[in-house]
Amino acid sequence: MANETSREQMNIVVVGHVDHGKSTVIGRLLTDTGSLPEGKLEQVKATCERNSKPFEYAFMLDALKDEQAQGITIDSARCFFKSKKRNYIIIDAPGHIEFLKNMISGAARAEAAVLVIDAKEGIQENSRRHGYMVSMLGIKQVVIAVNKMDLINYDQVRFESIVKDFTAFLKNVNIVPRAFVPISAREGALLIEKSPNMPWYTKLSLLDTIDSFELEKPPEDKPFRFPVQDIYKFTAMGDDRRIVAGRVESGTISVGSDVVFLPSGKKSSIKAVEGFNIPEKSKAVSGESTGFTLNTQIYIRPAEVMCSAGEQLPLVTSLFRANVFWMGHQPMIKNKKYKLKLATAQTPVWLVEIKNVLDASELSSVANKDVIERHDVAECIFQTFKPIAVDLASDFPATGRFVIVDNYEIAGGGIVLDTMGVENKLLEDHIAAREKNWERSAITTGMRWGRFGQRSTLVLIAGEMNTGKIKVAKALEQELFNNGRLTYYLGVSNTLLGIDSDMKVQGERAEYIRRLGEIAHLFTDAGLILIATVSDLDDYELDVLSKLNKPNDVLIVNIGEKRLSPNKVDLELPVNPDAVQAVAEITALLQKRNVLVEYYL
Amino acid sequence: MIQYRDEIAKKWHLNMVVGQNVKAIQEKRTFPDSGIPRIQCCGNLKTEALKHTLSGEWPRMKYDHKQGRYVQDDNRDAYTGVIVGVRADEEGSRSKERYFSPRDKSNEWDIGDQPPELWNQFKTDFAPGTHLRIHPLLDWTELNIWEYIDRENIPIIDLYFDHGNGKRYRSIGCAPCTGTVDSTAKNVKDIIEELKSGKFSKIAERAGRLQDKEDGAGLESLRREGYM
Ligand SMILES: Nc1nc2c(ncn2[C@@H]2O[C@H](COP(=O)(O)OP(=O)(O)O)[C@@H](O)[C@H]2O)c(=O)[nH]1
Ligand code: SF4
Repeated sequence: MANETSREQMNIVVVGHVDHGKSTVIGRLLTDTGSLPEGKLEQVKATCERNSKPFEYAFMLDALKDEQAQGITIDSARCFFKSKKRNYIIIDAPGHIEFLKNMISGAARAEAAVLVIDAKEGIQENSRRHGYMVSMLGIKQVVIAVNKMDLINYDQVRFESIVKDFTAFLKNVNIVPRAFVPISAREGALLIEKSPNMPWYTKLSLLDTIDSFELEKPPEDKPFRFPVQDIYKFTAMGDDRRIVAGRVESGTISVGSDVVFLPSGKKSSIKAVEGFNIPEKSKAVSGESTGFTLNTQIYIRPAEVMCSAGEQLPLVTSLFRANVFWMGHQPMIKNKKYKLKLATAQTPVWLVEIKNVLDASELSSVANKDVIERHDVAECIFQTFKPIAVDLASDFPATGRFVIVDNYEIAGGGIVLDTMGVENKLLEDHIAAREKNWERSAITTGMRWGRFGQRSTLVLIAGEMNTGKIKVAKALEQELFNNGRLTYYLGVSNTLLGIDSDMKVQGERAEYIRRLGEIAHLFTDAGLILIATVSDLDDYELDVLSKLNKPNDVLIVNIGEKRLSPNKVDLELPVNPDAVQAVAEITALLQKRNVLVEYYL
Repeated sequence: MIQYRDEIAKKWHLNMVVGQNVKAIQEKRTFPDSGIPRIQCCGNLKTEALKHTLSGEWPRMKYDHKQGRYVQDDNRDAYTGVIVGVRADEEGSRSKERYFSPRDKSNEWDIGDQPPELWNQFKTDFAPGTHLRIHPLLDWTELNIWEYIDRENIPIIDLYFDHGNGKRYRSIGCAPCTGTVDSTAKNVKDIIEELKSGKFSKIAERAGRLQDKEDGAGLESLRREGYM
């Protein structure tokens, strides 16, 4: 046998309708390739005898009590076998519909799939559903094992008819199977060796077909994708490096390369490849978990995707079309906030439209369905709160596939089919509806401005945590108040809204921004100059705030380092600015903008 | 083993916290003394001990680096999660684990309803009160572990090596239940060679761990209750 390290290893998954023989196929492969620990077979046989049960190859797998009690495989158990060619990790995925979740967990790890169909029972609901899942999970190498041929007398005609029907189905879901192999797992026919019972079948046995699959290579020659997981900042001993950490999902990058971060669009170049206790490196390739330092200090956050400037870039979108499968106990419904996790990004997401739902039992599409039920596969349109960087799943699986979290649980998985731009349909709709339903009195905005001698404005003080924002905000309120202005410092933003806290939960921030926007709108609509502080504001969040605050103005003061683009900021101040000086500058700006009307002119 | 643990804790200045089922040991409700089956002994010494130590119900001992000994830990707060080094290839019930495995308040493991894990997305959202097990090494193999030890020069205990009598431990647990294997591997490189050569390819790593043998389903039930 070849040296262990020179041997390849491949993950394969065995799927199929319940009782079609998955466990038997696996048990048999383990046994017949001599991959079982010594004595295991005898041990299981002895147990069967003790319990006066006929021996089944499937028992080799059923290590768990629950399984034996219920007689079904409830989870994807892993086991190992060796062929002449390589080592396999085999994932036995449960066929029972209740355990679709487990089947998916198993199959998502696999590079190749064996789909088992009972020759006698023929194609069943889960044969189709699993075929569809295998396709959605992105497994390209598939072999169909038509099992229990012994029960139909190894009949070639019936075998061919299954081949014909199932090929047609698989074509619909974009799978071209490597082969259909007629087998009898129980009798061991065509599993490993040719079978005298099926002389008409001259192609490869099941094991040889599996051996003919190729290992997936890490996509080194594709455009570079590096979803940012975290930014490590060092402070000890004069080390001021900021390391952008994550895993290279595809492509290669070298020191000196120009990079762009999406969705923000910020640019820099690679200064060094960083790692713990490693020799100096000049490049990083796909599959590596690593870190980078950049040549310029730019403000980026986890969840952005670092890409190589000259290459094909991901799409920046907040509206996209996707296929999803739903595993949640509650159906997926429209207008409910879910959480999307795509690469390292986490963001609120809403289902805005269901294009159609696939019915696995019939494989027909059901159009106008209103919800996505458990075990449904659906094509739909999603809206995120902020634009995210995505790829089409067919090009870049790592940045084109996502999961959806409903109430703490991963309830759905999906693949991006198409993007539809950065328009925030939900926000626009909301503002339109708000304006429509607002009961206006006879007092107009203009009348309020005249009476109060000021144009209502939102003064937003942005910047990092602990840079003196609140001190400036309070001093500004005091100054304006002393001068007889109608003003209010929105102190609640710090605690109630949470805007000012370093939000660990990415998804929650969206909601706070929305609330701040609505509150600001109320105050400015009433004619006040509202002062609020926000940490870490980005262009997109500012855009949402401005829209919600319309028709009134926003004035942006940034303290210290900023995430906002330079052209969005009206006034820049240093960290911990002198309050008197800062207030003077802000009021001067307000005057210039005619926010503060001078009576005595 | 314990000496090795304490030495490492000292050297790396680790915050070492330990707990045990003092009562069961005092009352000798252990294998083989009292003649109780191994599965009950494991239940007492491991499952129960871990559960109550994590929850803070039982006293914890903490290594005091100044005094150079263990003292009672004042912190009785419950831990909300533990990182455990189990691997899927070790033993039946472990092969069904997840990377992020939530347990409910009483540490129960619901195997039928585990969170899906796909495309490197894990369950990372939890209701308050969830207790979490994280298994970062789930898909590593025994060989991977040794190659990593070799590459990173990780200090290990020399019970794993043969000291001239042609025997070594391949997996180390409690003394009454851990057996040796025939092997002349005297260092990490030898062990890697041995694993690669296929000498043990048909013998499970934990074959020397007798508690696995007694009752596969029993181990599974222990695991549900919090066994590692
Ligand atoms: N006659 C016959 N029965 C089989 C064959 N393969 C599996 N079975 C039987 O089909 C039943 C279900 O098999 P199992 O492997 O547990 O199915 P799973 O639910 O897909 O894992 C068991 O009773 C097996 O003995 C086969 O090739 N021929
Ligand atoms: S391994 Fe043996 S001695 Fe240790 S707890 Fe289990 S039964 Fe008791």
